[in-house]
Amino acid sequence: MLARVAESLYWMSRQAERAENLARFLEVTLHMTLDQADFLVDPWEPLIQVSGDNEWFEQKYGRANLQSVVHFLAFDTDYPNSMLSCLRGARENARSVREVLSTESFEELNAFYHFVRDGREGQLKDPTSEFFDQVRQHALLWAGVLDSTMAHDTAWHFMNVGRLIERADKTSRILDVKYFNLLPSVDDVGTAIDDLQWSTLLLAISGLEAYLREHHLMDIQKIVSFFLFHPTFPRSIYSCIAGADRSLREIEKQSGDERDSEARQQLVALRHRLQNTTVKEVISGGMHQFIDRLQCELNGIGDALGKDYFYASHAS
Amino acid sequence: MFARTPMFARPEQLPRDFRLRYCFLTLDFGGSSVAPAPSLQLVGHHSGSATMQQQSSSSVDDSAPNPPRPIPRLNQYDTGSFFDELVDDHNLARPGAEELVELFNQLPPRELGRRQQIIERTLYRMGITFTVYSDRAGTEKIMPFDVVPRLISAMLWKHIEAGLKQRIAALNRFLCDIYGEQAIVQEGIIPLDVIESCPAYLKQCQGLRPFNDVWCHITGTDLVRDDTGSVYVLEDNLRCPSGVSYVLQNRHVMKRNFPQVFGASRVRPVSDYPSRLFKLLCDIAPPHVSDPTVVVLTPGVYNSAYYEHSFLAQRMGVELVEGRDLCVEGDLVYMRTTSGLRRVDVIYRRIDDDFIDPKVFREDSVLGVAGLMDAYKAGNVSLANAPGTGVADDKVVYAYVPDMIRFYLDEEPILPNVPTYLCGRDEDREYVLDHLDELVVKAAGMSGGYGILIGPDASPKERDVFAKQIQDDPRNWIAQPTLRLSRMPTMIDQNLEGRHVDLRPYILCSRPNDVWVLPGGLTRVALRKGSLVVNSSQGGGSKDTWVVAEEGQSVASPGTTDAP
Repeated sequence: MLARVAESLYWMSRQAERAENLARFLEVTLHMTLDQADFLVDPWEPLIQVSGDNEWFEQKYGRANLQSVVHFLAFDTDYPNSMLSCLRGARENARSVREVLSTESFEELNAFYHFVRDGREGQLKDPTSEFFDQVRQHALLWAGVLDSTMAHDTAWHFMNVGRLIERADKTSRILDVKYFNLLPSVDDVGTAIDDLQWSTLLLAISGLEAYLREHHLMDIQKIVSFFLFHPTFPRSIYSCIAGADRSLREIEKQSGDERDSEARQQLVALRHRLQNTTVKEVISGGMHQFIDRLQCELNGIGDALGKDYFYASHAS
Repeated sequence: MFARTPMFARPEQLPRDFRLRYCFLTLDFGGSSVAPAPSLQLVGHHSGSATMQQQSSSSVDDSAPNPPRPIPRLNQYDTGSFFDELVDDHNLARPGAEELVELFNQLPPRELGRRQQIIERTLYRMGITFTVYSDRAGTEKIMPFDVVPRLISAMLWKHIEAGLKQRIAALNRFLCDIYGEQAIVQEGIIPLDVIESCPAYLKQCQGLRPFNDVWCHITGTDLVRDDTGSVYVLEDNLRCPSGVSYVLQNRHVMKRNFPQVFGASRVRPVSDYPSRLFKLLCDIAPPHVSDPTVVVLTPGVYNSAYYEHSFLAQRMGVELVEGRDLCVEGDLVYMRTTSGLRRVDVIYRRIDDDFIDPKVFREDSVLGVAGLMDAYKAGNVSLANAPGTGVADDKVVYAYVPDMIRFYLDEEPILPNVPTYLCGRDEDREYVLDHLDELVVKAAGMSGGYGILIGPDASPKERDVFAKQIQDDPRNWIAQPTLRLSRMPTMIDQNLEGRHVDLRPYILCSRPNDVWVLPGGLTRVALRKGSLVVNSSQGGGSKDTWVVAEEGQSVASPGTTDAP
């Protein structure tokens, strides 16, 4: 397939996934604020910290609160990583590769974008978790349409790689939110408030029920392990990396490529590292450091994909 | 009908009326009949207008003719003394339009407007929009669409089709000739300076012979009708005519919203255009290629016709490429793929001649591919349309098309030209300058509704500006009488008002003697009251165009898909 098209599909998929994860962040935080009148920690500040764009935020908005964070993460059209900007970008990318997408996929992404854009004004005044829940529903519909209306060919696998790498990154950031929450309140570990925060975190990756089925009770190590290493839960980091690896292997196979691409080598290495790391090691070495390194590696895989596939034939 | 295996279900969950429901389902999907929607069922009043239901059922009693019914009259509509495509001077439905007029009369007030809105929402959802770039919020608009379809009777279409086939055959012969021996110049029929002064005439193509001897593979010819209903050719578009995607998309939304009247009106299908186009493109591939790789070349996502480029690529199942996706090595064209370079054999290019190859034409073009013309000349890639076809739709050369038909085919033109004054001729120019208030003046090298003066509507000052331009560069200007273009009922603020229309049919030519006309076309409508300019860049909209089938011709079924 065309290199430009592959790159656009990859980014379209990443951007839609990014938008979905922002909605998950905001939805669970909005929901949590309803449950808990007295906050021990500010729930909004960590969302800005983990975006990695806190300087950008502070310059424009100053203090983090409900209004400013929702404006920034969901609807700021000047901020390239806001939900609305991501969906606009995803849709622009989709428009430029519309011929390889199924009509249903394009129309769903189009509807998704319009839903968020049309909801902007009302949500800026009065943000509701219901709105972000609907955004998540759109994202699920989008993923389902992609999976069930298109051949799982090279194009689909590029989209899948984009989706899973983005998802791994965002799952790690959701976990990172807790790191910021955890530090000032070590005393709360094991209290009811802490349980509520952890279960909220699990909700953000739709994993609460799957977790409870396996472990029944909140336990920090088990939760961290669920986030990082669960072998099959579709939003765990390991499962995302393994899925991206499978798709990349398919891409190599379908393009009749014998070489082991740079991106593939890096993915395999990361997969092995995840398989051979324990939760104890992660926590003793510093969870935030672990997550930081992971995010750098994911970025490295993204760069390698560009060299291997998107710009490869430009060298000639 | 074949017996079918029932769907497997857990026995305890089988609903009690399962069998009954299941039978109903097989009836619905198994036969060719289309289940009628609950409302607005219309029954035709003569043999040619039976509903789809009746046609597909063998139990209709053919021996009992329906009693004749009065011809329906379109109420509360003013033809304004213009020729109207849908009704005659007494507002009575023209042949074939009876069901449509009856439907409009029967619909509750505002229902037509409601359907118009539904269709607009559908187009919006389908993303067939353009962005208003001046607006930072990214406001999007759909191409204006009008809910009232245009009907063309089988007889009129026969005439149009024959005329277009003749015209395209002659134009293609002209292109072969003008880039070859130039017999038509040597015979004194077209002056050499008319050709050489034409900006679209490409010296670089002199002596080239595209495969199959076809230059203009895809054409969209603009037709208009005057006060008498006579059909004229207004313009030949032989470069990259656009709009065919709107023909298919308009049909798609109309079938959804007017299934009954659609079926009753015996409309010919347009759905096979993409497959015809694909076959044509394969057919013109370099002869040594057995399984050609076809691509569509677009200027990119910001081009106003981008949706169409992507639609056609999708419908043909081929890659949509931009100039930067292609490269030429050793006179061979390649596209950059995720697994390296891959040969390209046929390019349906939607980029103007000027931009296709910066090595040969405009150096500043970033849309094209350096070396493409060399690959083309070497016979390694086919281009549709062939570079250089623009000379045949130059507005001055246009005036000579009737002579071409006589010269190459030894026939009289079936479809006349609009009478045209060439300002390059002294006597024509004087007449034009004296009658600027009556004429439509057009710049020869412009299209899209730009560079036009509608004399009767223009101010004296505007006319002076054009007079000066004509005197400065006479070759670049032509003039035509202001036609009283035919009109169509059009939804304006919940009411039907007459608006002027034209018609652009699409013609495919894969061999000099193999010309196919899509039964339909883009009806463009000037939405501004009294306006004669139908171009979408100038506030024009479009309508679905229904060509009525003759006995024995296939009919589009409301149940099949035409577009996305």
